[in-house]
Formats: sequence, structure tokens, C-alpha cells
Amino acid sequence: MPAEFDPAAKFAEYAHPERLVSTDWLAEHLGEPGLVVVESDEDVLLYETGHIPGAVKIDWHTELNDPVVRDYVNGEQFAALVGSKGIARDTTVVIYGDKNNWWAAYALWVFTLFGHEDVRLLDGGRDLWIAEGRPITTEPPQVTPVEYPVVERDDSVVRAFKEDVLEHLGKPLIDVRSPEEYTGERTSAPAYPEEGALRAGHIPTAASVPWARAAAGDGTFKTRAELDSIYRDEVGLSDGDEVIAYCRIGERSSHTWFVLQYLLGFENVRNYDGSWTEWGSAVRVPIVTGADRGEPPAG
Amino acid sequence: MVVMDATTLPAALAETRDDFLALDVRDRLQLLLEFANELPDLPERYADHPELLERVVECQSPVYMFVEVVDGLVHLHATAPAESPTTRGFASILAQGVEGLTVDEVLDIPDDYPQSLGLNEAVSPLRVRGMTGMLARAKRQLRDHVAA
Repeated sequence: MPAEFDPAAKFAEYAHPERLVSTDWLAEHLGEPGLVVVESDEDVLLYETGHIPGAVKIDWHTELNDPVVRDYVNGEQFAALVGSKGIARDTTVVIYGDKNNWWAAYALWVFTLFGHEDVRLLDGGRDLWIAEGRPITTEPPQVTPVEYPVVERDDSVVRAFKEDVLEHLGKPLIDVRSPEEYTGERTSAPAYPEEGALRAGHIPTAASVPWARAAAGDGTFKTRAELDSIYRDEVGLSDGDEVIAYCRIGERSSHTWFVLQYLLGFENVRNYDGSWTEWGSAVRVPIVTGADRGEPPAG
Repeated sequence: MVVMDATTLPAALAETRDDFLALDVRDRLQLLLEFANELPDLPERYADHPELLERVVECQSPVYMFVEVVDGLVHLHATAPAESPTTRGFASILAQGVEGLTVDEVLDIPDDYPQSLGLNEAVSPLRVRGMTGMLARAKRQLRDHVAA
């Protein structure tokens, strides 16, 4: 049975309020049976410096990625991973992390690939919890491993591959990287070639909306009205649009994916996790440099 | 690929490597955390001169470092936020490892030393690349220093 939803008024404005919980809600529900709290950070050691009492850690890099192929873990690996963290198929999972929930959103997106139904983000993440003076501990949680069913990963709904993006050209694309990455300006000295992509710029027609614009100063998501003003009024997205978001490796764009899908209610949003590290090294894919979005390639 | 042996690797760095490799993957993270906690604050004379510090862009987290040579001996200073313990750990390993070495000794440290600590599994190769970047920058600063 899912934990009760957070009735906060701010969340009620969003398309899917059930995808967020507030720090107040979490403080009240911590330790309830059927709820597992997961910390997922950019920094692999941050959890060890102190975490929400009882929270388990999932590291995006060493646990959610396949160690050999550039892909996510498969159904068996995912089942073994989350089962070992005490997460059952019907567990309510609340994920939080550093940097405006950047990596937490990425972990949530991976849970979504496996169709885990009740997975939510802690609005404001790790920083807000700590800023509010709430308890953290270095005490490892007591975890009882459970059986999680092997569920095949479904890449067809919220994940886009390079071929999908090529077919998609002409429909809305959101580039969530920094403006310098978008324009193709080099940010490092010539003696230090940027690793990971051979060419710089953006995918033609992509709108530049750095991911963190969706976050308020305290790391919480901006209000519905503020987000509408960015993504609908400024970018021009409208109901029914199919949207693909990308960044460098698909992590920052998971945050934007979450915003578009769950907070603004777009029903067909995909994250292109190959992102610039694939596109910027692929042969003969179109690239635009500079601040203009550019046109879709003819034909 | 550079082949490392005891003749080129300074003692402190060799000891750090052996300490890491003696642990299982989980405990290597704890040791890295200990290093992170040991990273000293910047000496006051640098705290007021941020322009002397070089940003290590290979690291995802903001980390700044500066290598100085006093009486022919090398000292590496680095600063990174408490919220970036991994990066602090990397900086601390290098700062402790090069402390008091000669310029030539530091330049002789194999470029792939960070890959030898057994952290690829525990931390991931992408993150370890941050330490490789720090070492490369430290050496470049020393080469500039020698050339100046």
C-alpha cells in the first residue's frame, strides 16, 4: 500500500502532486513500514558524511549503470540492487540528493524504466533537509533485504536513443546544458581538450533551458506558474507536444524530464541519455553552433 | 601506458596505493573519506588571493589548486567544498603524496597513478579522471615554474 500523498498546497498545482513530498512530510513519515528513503548524489562519498536517518544510498554510476556496456542495469541486476536495499515492488520510494536533486531525478528516471510505480522526490533534496536543521546521521541503516521481481526494462516510453532523436527533429527538443555548452564555445584551455565529445554545439532546433532554471534558490522546484512561464511561454511548448530533453550524459536532463512530465503534465517526454557525449561524437549527425536554435535538416 | 615501479613512485604515494589496495571496495570509500577529512584549509596567504588558484575543470565539483615550490621543495594546496568529499579526498591524496618532494620527483610521478588506487570500481572511472586532471595540472604548474 502506498504511503499517503503529501497534501501540500504548492504540490496541488502540479500535474502529478503524488510525485513530490516535502521535508515536513518526510520528517513525519520517516520509519513507516512500506517507505524506503534513497539518497542519490553526484558525489559518491557524500552519503557517508551524513544522511537522513534510515536512508539507503544508490549510486548512479557504480550501481545504476552497467559496468561494461554503456547502458543501465538489466531487470535482474535492478531487482538484486533494489531488493538488497529493502525495496519491494510496492514500496513507496522517496529519493533525495545533492545539487537540486539532479542525481535523485536521474535515479527516479531509472526506477521509471523498470516501471516502479510509487517513486517520489523530496522537494528541496538533501540541501534543504540540512538547511532546515533536520537530523542526519552517519549510522548505517538497518536493512532487511527483500525479493524484488525481475521486471524487464522498458526503454520505449521515457527513453530516447539517437535514432529516435533523428526522427524527432522538427519537434520540441530541450538542451539543458550550460549556455556555453549549447553555443559550442570551448570552456577549457586548448591544452586540455574536453573529454567525452569530439564536436561542440547543439542538436538543431533545440531550445536552451539550463536544467537548474527549474529550481528555486533553496533547491525546491519552482511553482507551477513559474515553470509554465519558462517552458510554455518562453520555450513555446504546448499540450500534446512530444518533447525530448538531453544534456551531456542524460543526468541533468532527467531533472527536466521530471519537471515536464510530472510537474507540467506533458504526456510524451523522453530523456535522451546518450546526450551530447554521443551526439557530439557521432558521424554525420547535424549540429548547430551559436545561440540560435537552428533549422531541422532539409529532407 | 606508463609502467609503475618503486623506483619512480614516491614513498608516500606508494604507501597510499598499498593502503587502498589492501582494503575491499567498500572500505576504500571510507579511506577516501578519511583523506577528504584531512585536507587542510588553504594557508591564509592564498585564501586572500583566489587568482593564484587554478580551477580543475576535469572535476565535476569546484576544486581549485595551487602548487608552490619553496627552497626546491613542492607543496600542493587545494580547496574544495565540504559537499564534495570525493574531490577533497583526491586533492588530499595528492597534497600529502607530493609534500616536500623535489620538482623532478613530482614530474616523475606516473600520470596514471590515480588509476592504480583500486578506485575505479568503488568510485567509477569517470570520477577518478578528476584526480588524473589534478595531477596533470600540478605537473604543468611545476613545468611552468621551472621554465620561468
